[in-house]
Amino acid sequence: MNKQNRRSFLKTVGLGAAATTAAAYAPFAIGGSSKKVVIVGGGMGGAVAAKYIRMMDKSIDVTLIESNKDYFTGFTSNLVVSGQRSLDEIKFGYDGLRGHGINVVIDKATNIDANAKSVKTAGGKTFNYDRCIVAPGIDFRYDRIDGYNEDVANTKITHAWKAGPQTVMLRDQVQSMKKGGTVIISAPPNPFRCSPGPYERVSQIAGYFKKHNPTAKILVLDDKEKFSKFGLFIGGWKKHYGYGTDNSMIEWVKGSAGGKIESVDVAGMTLSGEVDDYKGDVINIIPAQKAGNIAHVAGLTNASGWCPIEGKTFESTIHKNIHVIGDAAIQSPLPKSGYAANSEGKVCAAAIVAMLNGDKVPDPSYVNTCYSVIAPGDGISVAMVYAYKGGKIVKVKGSGGLTSGKFNAKLRGREEQYGYSWFDNITQDTFG
Amino acid sequence: MIRKTIIKSTLLVAAIALSVQSQAVPSAEALSYTCAGCHGTNGASTGDAIPSIAGLSSTYLVDAMKAYKNDERDPTIMNRIAKGYSEEQFELMGSFFEAQEVHKNRDQTFDVAKAAKGKKLHNKYCSKCHTDAGIVAEDDAGQLSGNAKLFLQYSLADFHDGTRSQEKKMKKKIKKMLKRDKEAFDLIVNYYVSGKK
Ligand SMILES: Cc1cc2nc3c(=O)[nH]c(=O)nc-3n(C[C@H](O)[C@H](O)[C@H](O)COP(=O)(O)OP(=O)(O)OC[C@H]3O[C@@H](n4cnc5c(N)ncnc54)[C@H](O)[C@@H]3O)c2cc1C
Ligand code: HEC
Ligand code: HEC
Repeated sequence: MNKQNRRSFLKTVGLGAAATTAAAYAPFAIGGSSKKVVIVGGGMGGAVAAKYIRMMDKSIDVTLIESNKDYFTGFTSNLVVSGQRSLDEIKFGYDGLRGHGINVVIDKATNIDANAKSVKTAGGKTFNYDRCIVAPGIDFRYDRIDGYNEDVANTKITHAWKAGPQTVMLRDQVQSMKKGGTVIISAPPNPFRCSPGPYERVSQIAGYFKKHNPTAKILVLDDKEKFSKFGLFIGGWKKHYGYGTDNSMIEWVKGSAGGKIESVDVAGMTLSGEVDDYKGDVINIIPAQKAGNIAHVAGLTNASGWCPIEGKTFESTIHKNIHVIGDAAIQSPLPKSGYAANSEGKVCAAAIVAMLNGDKVPDPSYVNTCYSVIAPGDGISVAMVYAYKGGKIVKVKGSGGLTSGKFNAKLRGREEQYGYSWFDNITQDTFG
Repeated sequence: MIRKTIIKSTLLVAAIALSVQSQAVPSAEALSYTCAGCHGTNGASTGDAIPSIAGLSSTYLVDAMKAYKNDERDPTIMNRIAKGYSEEQFELMGSFFEAQEVHKNRDQTFDVAKAAKGKKLHNKYCSKCHTDAGIVAEDDAGQLSGNAKLFLQYSLADFHDGTRSQEKKMKKKIKKMLKRDKEAFDLIVNYYVSGKK
């Protein structure tokens, strides 16, 4: 009801403004609406926020600025590495969002002026906003590993932690590796995008080798002492890949045992830690991470390299009228996952719709889930429900947790299938 | 139906607001939007395993959530999700999803000949309680036609081996149906997946 009044009211205002567009240079001239949201980054967080703002209130003018014409999902990209999926199957375009009346601009945001409330792009355009959402995902701390940089990542030693050409490169390297060769995966320190992701990647590559290169090895050099879904992955590796035996396909080296990597010799295909050197036939370095570059340029990050936010609105605690969602935000206890970004996008959208209309910001609710496939027929998950309490995002006691550690073939098989459905639905919810 | 829902949820919101004034009270939308990452926008699933929940009756959805919360079905994940909410919150979700249009996933493949046989079985054994191929919310019996293929298979398997409890009368009918044709589950699922009446 409320919304309808607002909409018809705005329609009149909108018409009035259109009639006087001659009054150019006015901040809100383009489009004639007085409620403008500009979103930087059309990934899991930014795209869903754009769609849900429009679903909640069509009178709001939404512009989405995204560098790439196509988006490749990070989740399920490990199945591209193992050859179970094609790159095309994880590719999504922006026509669905255009269909919701969102102004999608393929361009790179180069600066955000919090005072002037405007975003500048590499293409030379300026977009004014009432509220801005920044959802650029992550960038890498290449400086933590001597000899590693973007150039090396694009040509020889991938990170493949943003899905796309590097995902395919890693797949091709794995598939063409000599019989009995070694893949080294260097896993990053916390916090990073998708905490079970490196170990799902290990599982997927192991699954490929079991079939096509059974004497191959995977050496995981970890910065950490433990990792996400630890017991489930180790259990799965024992079950499917002989983990812990002399014949184990997978070896995992924790940080204190020499897993921390300090430098890479690209020509010699060797990683060096404090004590040991490790030579591989294929190397994949998943570096330490930080908020996407534009967040740093816009001054939205603190000393941690991530963006502090308020959990009910995701408004930056540094710059007013700018909201940060997804991996770039300090969203803990929510993890850096696609599902969390989806949930945050909706909470942020509802808050912005309320704020722009002078309504009370609604109480939020959040969910996270992450599916991983250890082997064909063996899917696992982690889930959690979150609430907003006492000014903070908190886990709801008693909810969530991991797939049971007691192996149940029926349920593990179903989880694999549900994981594929999850992919279909979250991508449809985001880009459809 | 929609008007009923609005009144119901308004009353509910008022009731909850009174009972727990100090606590955060997420709206029906705020709660229900979080389900969409798995169940699809507004509960319309496009996958062949996760079920659609758009257009389910509030009664059915609330009962299902309670059952998950109390570990009465043997689900993979809904128990872990349902334990995050109160019964009042289930009611809010129920009102939200009841107001959505039922969604038939037509991207799934099926065998035409099997579907034709399945239709006959459905009309003989199931249509009393699952009207219009099982898409009528008022039946309070879930969604059959156009729902996710694997979920339908899993549900039938769970009813059959007792993992999920079912009405005595339905149990009887299923037994009779299987007696007539051992392949009945396969046939009837093909019929539901066809999305046809
Ligand atoms: C191997 C792997 C496996 C994963 N598995 C899972 C999983 O199973 N489940 C799960 O939930 N999550 C998973 N994830 C994590 C998930 O992909 C991320 O958490 C999620 O994408 C975060 O969303 P976001 O919006 O913050 O960032 P992104 O989705 O990365 O989107 C950021 C977007 O911003 C754009 N951008 C950046 N800077 C600019 C700029 N200056 N101007 C314009 N556009 C810009 C980028 O091009 C990009 O499209 C996985 C990730 C990886 C790498
Ligand atoms: C992580 C993914 C996920 C999330 C999030 C999720 N569901 Fe589910 N849902 C499932 C799966 C999978 C099933 C099948 C049962 C199982 O194995 O858990 C299911 C089954 C159901 C069913 C039973 C449908 C039927 O026809 O019997 C209902 C009702 C339901 N979910 C409601 C919800 C609601 C409401 C929410 C949001 C609060 C929600 N779900 C969030 C994955 C999810
Ligand atoms: C006597 C009435 C009755 C008959 C007859 C009946 N059902 Fe049901 N059915 C129900 C009810 C009630 C439910 C909901 C049970 C619950 O809440 O768990 C249900 C649920 C189901 C579900 C799960 C739906 C979901 O969304 O989870 C399936 C599948 C199903 N029935 C199939 C059948 C088939 C096949 C037949 C015919 C062989 C049949 N039923 C006959 C009453 C009936």
